[in-house]
Amino acid sequence: MKRPTRIVTEAAQTYSFSRRAVFLGGAQATVGAVLAGRMAWLSIAENQHYELLSESNRVNLTMIPPRRGWIIDRYGKPIANNRTDFRVDIIPDQLQDKDRVLGRLQAMLLLSDETMERIRADLKQAAGFQPVEVADKLDYEQFARIYVHWPELPGVAPTQGYARNYPAGAAVAHLTGYVGAASAEQYEKTHNPLLITPGFKIGKDGLEKTLESRLEGKPGAKRVEVTARGKIVRQLATRPDTPGQNVRLAIDLGLQEYAARRLGTNSGSAVVLDCLTGDVLAMCSMPAYDPNVFSEGISHLEWNMLSDNDHVPLMNKVLQGLYPPGSTVKTMDSLALLRAGVTPQDTVNCTGVIRVGTGLFHCWKRGGHGPISMRRAVAQSCDIYFWEMARRVGYDNIAPTARELGLGQTFDIPFSSQRYGTVPDSEWKMKKYHHPWTVADTLNAAIGQGYMLVNPLQLAVMAARLASGRNIQPRVLLDHPHGAAPFLSDVQPEHIATVRDAMYAAVNDGGTAARARMLVPGVTLAAKTGTAQVRRITMADRRAGRTGNAGVPFKLREHALFICFAPADNPRYAASIVLEHNGHLIANLDAHVTGRDIMTYLFDRDRALKSLAEIEPTWGGDIRTRMAQEEAVYRAAHQVPELLTTKTDAGAATASSAVENAAAATNAAVEAVGGAAAQSGSPEDDQ
Amino acid sequence: MTRPDFIPAPLAQIPWRVILTVMAIGGFGLVVLYSAAGGHLEPWALSQGIRFLVFLAGAIILSRIPESWWRHGALPAYGILIILLVLVELIGAVRGGGQRWLGVGPFQLQPSEFMKPVIVLAVAMVYDRMPPAETRRFIAVWLPAGMILVPAALIAHQPDLGTALMVVFSGVVVMFLAGVPLRLFVGGALAAGIAAPLAVNFLLHGYQRDRIMIFLDPDRDPLGLGYHISQSKIAIGSGGVLGKGFLNGTQSHLDYLPEGHTDFVFATMAEEWGLIGGVFLILAFFSVILWGIRVALAARTRFGRLTAAGMASTLFFYVAINLGMVMGLAPVVGIPLPLVSFGGSAQMTVLICLGILMSIDRQNRIKPRF
Repeated sequence: MKRPTRIVTEAAQTYSFSRRAVFLGGAQATVGAVLAGRMAWLSIAENQHYELLSESNRVNLTMIPPRRGWIIDRYGKPIANNRTDFRVDIIPDQLQDKDRVLGRLQAMLLLSDETMERIRADLKQAAGFQPVEVADKLDYEQFARIYVHWPELPGVAPTQGYARNYPAGAAVAHLTGYVGAASAEQYEKTHNPLLITPGFKIGKDGLEKTLESRLEGKPGAKRVEVTARGKIVRQLATRPDTPGQNVRLAIDLGLQEYAARRLGTNSGSAVVLDCLTGDVLAMCSMPAYDPNVFSEGISHLEWNMLSDNDHVPLMNKVLQGLYPPGSTVKTMDSLALLRAGVTPQDTVNCTGVIRVGTGLFHCWKRGGHGPISMRRAVAQSCDIYFWEMARRVGYDNIAPTARELGLGQTFDIPFSSQRYGTVPDSEWKMKKYHHPWTVADTLNAAIGQGYMLVNPLQLAVMAARLASGRNIQPRVLLDHPHGAAPFLSDVQPEHIATVRDAMYAAVNDGGTAARARMLVPGVTLAAKTGTAQVRRITMADRRAGRTGNAGVPFKLREHALFICFAPADNPRYAASIVLEHNGHLIANLDAHVTGRDIMTYLFDRDRALKSLAEIEPTWGGDIRTRMAQEEAVYRAAHQVPELLTTKTDAGAATASSAVENAAAATNAAVEAVGGAAAQSGSPEDDQ
Repeated sequence: MTRPDFIPAPLAQIPWRVILTVMAIGGFGLVVLYSAAGGHLEPWALSQGIRFLVFLAGAIILSRIPESWWRHGALPAYGILIILLVLVELIGAVRGGGQRWLGVGPFQLQPSEFMKPVIVLAVAMVYDRMPPAETRRFIAVWLPAGMILVPAALIAHQPDLGTALMVVFSGVVVMFLAGVPLRLFVGGALAAGIAAPLAVNFLLHGYQRDRIMIFLDPDRDPLGLGYHISQSKIAIGSGGVLGKGFLNGTQSHLDYLPEGHTDFVFATMAEEWGLIGGVFLILAFFSVILWGIRVALAARTRFGRLTAAGMASTLFFYVAINLGMVMGLAPVVGIPLPLVSFGGSAQMTVLICLGILMSIDRQNRIKPRF
């Protein structure tokens, strides 16, 4: 809007100035008040919010992983403990300028190009918050070098921590299991920051897994004041970690290690129980992986090597291996027969063959044993006696005793899986196969073939219950002292005595286990051998003399089984030895001598160790030597230079499922063979 | 006003209340700088303190200069500064990149800094010369507007957006007080409202645009450009009412607060002295500013009125823009907090402004007769 120019006088101008200046001053004062108000808002209303932000700027909180509780044996010897470990990890999320940081690390730690390649590969795979291991087992100087340069290496986390250590190595692998970094899924489920703290590991298998809550402990926290550039100014209060509880096992580590070594090159398991209390003194499955290596994260090559091995080192055969028990069940049969009214004096005439319907069942001894009663039948493992007697009383009267003695049962022990196998009877067969029970089924079951499948722990429990007549329950944890177990109800002591005497005869009175006789003065062993075939021997094989195991592929060889207790007159320890596909090919690796030596250890350690020292070199040395040897052979065969392998926790994390798969596959094969034998109705060649 | 007779006239003419307030601000600033250096006089507090005393003495000397000198010197000074700004621009073009300084022997001269008081003097001078009737003519708008925009454009091109804005604001305030019709200001405000987004998009440098965007939404880049504002707010907010205590600021001492001794010195102060310290500083500053306005109201010449109010406003813009910036109310444009932030140029400029204000104040008092 244009107006005619107003006449402006100087006085009017001064007046206008005054008005405007006062307005200006007022406006400025208002702005001042607004600024003061804003400041009051920030420092009063939002004070807490900003105080928190300021604290989180200033204070860097790092968790201190708790030291894991020890696992100790019954005498306090460490089965799993912790060693000081200086390690360096990378937190991918925080890593900046990757190439420079990796370059510096390589120069400072003198890492090989192969290791760098492995780290790069791991970084690519890892979820951002999962620490990637750069190196562990550093010496103090290397560690200090990294620590000094830490502020210039964003994303690098040097930690002085503890690494799990299993002094006995592979000998306790399947007992303790191993530890490893938590998986991404585990973290996502709980968002527990401890799970992604470098160096923190949780139990992945075995007791380490099932006892996690007791072993884990509570993390500590370290608060440090840091500058914007990450330089540590000073340590603030540090809360120390609370170590996990120590857990005492019933295991006798010396015996455990001895048993593992004594199994030699076998693929087998050994269980030793205190037959008064049920304490599990040894429980080993060999071959096995080295839990020390597993806990650090293993390479793909190592993983493949273990997976490919036909001796299934990844499977805990004690609990997950199922085998036809073979003639070892004749001890149980005897108790069942006695309870069904058979007297020890009742005899059967063994002619070497028995006809059932159209089928012929052969005793292992051609020509037969002649007239035979219970004691000799057990001692000499006469098939005809047990076939005939089982046919008389019916298997439905035997199966309950089998179950009472532990076969087909699971036990209250801290392991995540137990395969319980089968104790067949007519009801079971009808339910499973919709067929009625046949006499052939009874005959197969009576000599531990056919449908019958048990695991080695069950066999040891059976041996222990027969030895003491007590209803022992295997106990792995020695939490509170406990006395002898109560006696089995409904079992008469004289029946137990009869079976024990028969087992005594098997070793000491012309029986099949004569070579298992103890060499310790004053201690006698009572035992029963067993052989479980995994292929059917046809009449053609029999005529051609193809009944032995020499030249037969490993997977088709017979299992060798052995149960025993000692001393025979006042039983204290019982054991079971199961050797997969042993085939009785090498005398000092057979089940009964293995069992005898393991029992010898309990009564005369020096003698046992001395005899082992003599024979161990013939197998290629002790466990570590053989494992290293095998690895070298495998590497050579696969032409992988030692350092080009990728070390990942991811591989180890899947281990338990892989073991499960391996176990399932093996057992499927066993069941298939067992089922076929049962249906053919002609298990033969059992001694 | 009565005064004891034994105080000599020159001393009595000095406005001691203002001097003491300014010294309190400056002294508090030194305390903050001492803390910002981690409890050391070096490298900031000592040199800042010496400079402060020198410039304050200079300001008292300036206060003895008669108003007429300022009137006569205004336009020549303006002309010289324009030449220097062009010179800076040329040297910058030769050297490549931004250039704000001219080396004069051992000193570094920043002509844009002097332009803040000089633009006030120059515009005031123009209106002083103008017959009252002319002030409502168009010439009363475009001539001063041109005088303001030429140096502002040169300074913005250096690039120093903060100083350019200060020059514009100070000049425009003088225009407003001179009696330029209000509708022009309303229209100008509207035009600025429309032009600002366009200018942000087309005229500003990338980093300047970023700063404005970050100001509008600091959280969009909390670790990058928004970092300054975020950390500054954390420092102020975490200080609370009483502050964390002298030498106990963590934001500043652990380097989370960038520029904690220069542009963001207020945050450094607020963290340790809290709201109490902040309110003290704000009251002190505004008492000086409002004293300036009162000097303007009391001034007897048009030039004196316009100059005094303009100088007070220059000081006001320093304080308001800086505090708004550190508290997240204004974009980060690089304006120091006068008398507190470390740095000689701003210190000198502010004390020149004060010197001129005191000079006008003195004129008001020593010539009681008309």
